[in-house]
Amino acid sequence: MPPTGPGPTAEQPDAAEPRPTAEQLPAEADTGRRRFLTYLLAAPTLTIAARAGLDTVAPATARAAEAAPAAPAAAAPPAAPSQLLGLPGIPDIVDLGQALQVAGLPTAHLLVLEITTAGRAVLHLPRLEVGQGLTTTVAMMVAEELDARLSDVDVPLSDSRPDLLFNQLTGASNSVRTLYDPVRGAAAAARARLVTAAARRWSLPAETLRTADSAVTAPDGRRAGYGELAAEAATVVVPAVPATPKPPEQRRVIGRPTGRIDARDIVTGRAKYAGDLAVPGAVPTVVARPTTINGTLASLDASAARAMPGVLAVVTVPTGVAVLAETFDQALKARDALRTTWNPGPVAALSDPDIRGKLRAAHAPFLIPPLLTQYVDGEFDFAFVNHAPMEVLTAVADVRPNRAELWFAAQTPIVAQQTLAAELGLPQDAVTVHVVRGGGSFGRRLFYDAALEAARISRAAGRPVKLMWTRNDDMRHGRMRPASHHRVRATYGLGQVLSYEHRAATVMTDFGHGLGEALTAAGFQLSVAGLSLAQAFFLLSQSNPYNVGIPTQLLAEVPLKIPTGSWRSVYSGTVRVADEIMMDELARRLGQDPVAFRRARLREPAGRTVLDTVARAGSWGRAMPAGQAQGIGYHAENGGRAAYLVEIDATDPKQPRVTKAVIAADVGTVINPTGLEAQLTGALIDGISVILQAGNHIDRGAVREGSFGDFHYARQRHTPPVVEIHLLPPSGPPGGAGELGVPAASAAVANAYARATGTSPRSFPINF
Amino acid sequence: MPSHTFVLNGRPVTVEAPDDMPLLWVLRDKLGVTGPKYGCGVGVCRACTSHLDGEEIQPCTVAVKDCADRRVTTIEGLADGDTLHPVQEAWLDCDVAQCGFCQPGQIMTAVALLRRNPAPTDADIDQIQNICRCGSYPRIREAIKRAAAMTAPGS
Repeated sequence: MPPTGPGPTAEQPDAAEPRPTAEQLPAEADTGRRRFLTYLLAAPTLTIAARAGLDTVAPATARAAEAAPAAPAAAAPPAAPSQLLGLPGIPDIVDLGQALQVAGLPTAHLLVLEITTAGRAVLHLPRLEVGQGLTTTVAMMVAEELDARLSDVDVPLSDSRPDLLFNQLTGASNSVRTLYDPVRGAAAAARARLVTAAARRWSLPAETLRTADSAVTAPDGRRAGYGELAAEAATVVVPAVPATPKPPEQRRVIGRPTGRIDARDIVTGRAKYAGDLAVPGAVPTVVARPTTINGTLASLDASAARAMPGVLAVVTVPTGVAVLAETFDQALKARDALRTTWNPGPVAALSDPDIRGKLRAAHAPFLIPPLLTQYVDGEFDFAFVNHAPMEVLTAVADVRPNRAELWFAAQTPIVAQQTLAAELGLPQDAVTVHVVRGGGSFGRRLFYDAALEAARISRAAGRPVKLMWTRNDDMRHGRMRPASHHRVRATYGLGQVLSYEHRAATVMTDFGHGLGEALTAAGFQLSVAGLSLAQAFFLLSQSNPYNVGIPTQLLAEVPLKIPTGSWRSVYSGTVRVADEIMMDELARRLGQDPVAFRRARLREPAGRTVLDTVARAGSWGRAMPAGQAQGIGYHAENGGRAAYLVEIDATDPKQPRVTKAVIAADVGTVINPTGLEAQLTGALIDGISVILQAGNHIDRGAVREGSFGDFHYARQRHTPPVVEIHLLPPSGPPGGAGELGVPAASAAVANAYARATGTSPRSFPINF
Repeated sequence: MPSHTFVLNGRPVTVEAPDDMPLLWVLRDKLGVTGPKYGCGVGVCRACTSHLDGEEIQPCTVAVKDCADRRVTTIEGLADGDTLHPVQEAWLDCDVAQCGFCQPGQIMTAVALLRRNPAPTDADIDQIQNICRCGSYPRIREAIKRAAAMTAPGS
């Protein structure tokens, strides 16, 4: 009889760690159709890693907390933002992705791999697919360790599963790092059971059997597909062959360039996003929104709108006025016919110059006065940047008196479920969150703004809704990478950098999406350490990769009621870009070549290798015509490091074109080189966009840009015809690669532009 | 309500809709054809790009009445049964898609481009306006060249 829950039939862990008891594990629902379940176990290495991570994290955090009062008391800035003296190097001990790995460990064994009688290997993925190619990567891990054909592996996205606690957050480039061991462990455990089942059936020693192409074969040629063995395998308690993943030299799938498993669905238009779902009764819905950010409704006359053809309902919610209609066209036309007036929002008095002034005022003075040394100061401004995923925010909500069901692209479905339950006054288990593939994210879908709004509208209207934010809605009321101002001072003498201070001031980044709970679970006592969540994130993610004397980094946050959120690479997208520009300036002051200057100071040997690779492959230093130049950028984070060398033609400084890019990366073990190259390429296009041309203005409390007509994300004509990528032999376990390239690419573009034009760009995007 | 008849992906359809309803919403909300995506509603992102009598259009800016008795082709109508169009094949060969949301529009744009210009240069490809927020542009460029080579006379 197949198991109905983990209990006594769960795989025995090999680790010395105590095995979870049945009482500690929640009962698994929906086991009826499952013929074979295996729960992932914490492998010995993983358990050890967890202990090491936790032991390391706590003292590091404590030191940071103790160091905080060391900042000069007189340095408190007038705006009184929270301040923190960031000790350098914490990400070198444990970075953010590792912290989330630790947070995910207690629930790693709850990932579910299922072998169906039809021979499908189904890994229920507690993450979101937004284009990063994770479903393909995970399918490859399963195929590898199961010896299954890749085409036999399915990777559906799991509904929200609160039992996973902190292990259903897609972000911080943590997915592959977190899933690599448990997914391979699950597949290897499943394979061992299938082999054991075949051995029993044929009365042969299990070690004589082989697996390949989703089947077990005997020396005499007998063959049994995994589907036909699934039921018998479910009764195997102790496998007769080892259930450990393959050594790297035996791999046939991991590391092989592999096309996306969903590519055919995408190119035929069959791939379904939230707005494409046909949920019964869910009617097209749009919302009329205030004229300024976070404004409120002052008056409403909906009589004309209600009388328009196709209109089904008009309801008011805290964020605006919702119109439900038979089609989106009718909903949009009726929305435009609403007669509304709006109260100004809380930042209606503020425009960009005011915000920049607040950021500048938030900095504490530098610690090291330039008394006896030479020094170079740099100040940098980065504008707000919308995430602008191609698929606008969309959510389907069906809220009934006693239950609610939602469909949307959720990076944080558990927190969304909890918040929705609280908002609707329902028990948590009465709310179901179905996770649907997303059309891009870049951090945007960490927040479930549209889902919460859709739930409120569905409740108010008493019917299911399919809510779509228009592009205008998301551009003008959506979230953005916060604007930031950076002040950097480096002192130098005798050809060396003696000290390096970086003060970042940003409009406060909203991390209210469950990250704090995950970090707390990973052993970060944020309250004890006196850290805000943003400060913890800053500490965990920001590291200067160079030997530059005594480096200090400080984050000041200015709280403004402007919707913000993590944008691919978060603080590194500005902090490290400013650092890399300063590296070029320091090299110039010291009369050194920018690549040689970096190389001599890079702390990681693997970093020197990627730098050398782009310099060689990109012919660094080659003669370029006037108005054209090369630029270099380097970044290391989340267990990976990347260098970008770009060539730019800035003959017309208003219309620069990056003409070539050479990229090198070492992100540790690579699962899918094709996917990794796609991520590194996307980061390049992001860098071109945010450095040269794409950003958002704030005019009297409103976002000026409304669509891709004035938010100038790069198009084909802005991108280099030549892109060359070098993936280096891995120097360690898999790192996180989704965000890694953005700071290095951005810096390379900025440095190339500076060299081509003979200017020192300080405000980004440059053409804005 | 006015009735409109046109050929959608090779089959005649008749739909009741206001004359000025954009084709995009007729396709998505009335006919359940969801390949063409909404990305802006004003013709600048081009995620909805489809064909009208074989020419590239943005259905978010074309009124349904202007499609009467004409041939509308969406991404769903590009393949011949299970046989993909060469441009779709090239997209698979180059593993172009990331999130995939813009790709139906990108593919329909590329098909129209190759019809007009079977051997596009880099400068020709640079004229494509479709946004890909994931930044798959280099692979789009590669796939267009590959499709051009696949369909070139003598290939």
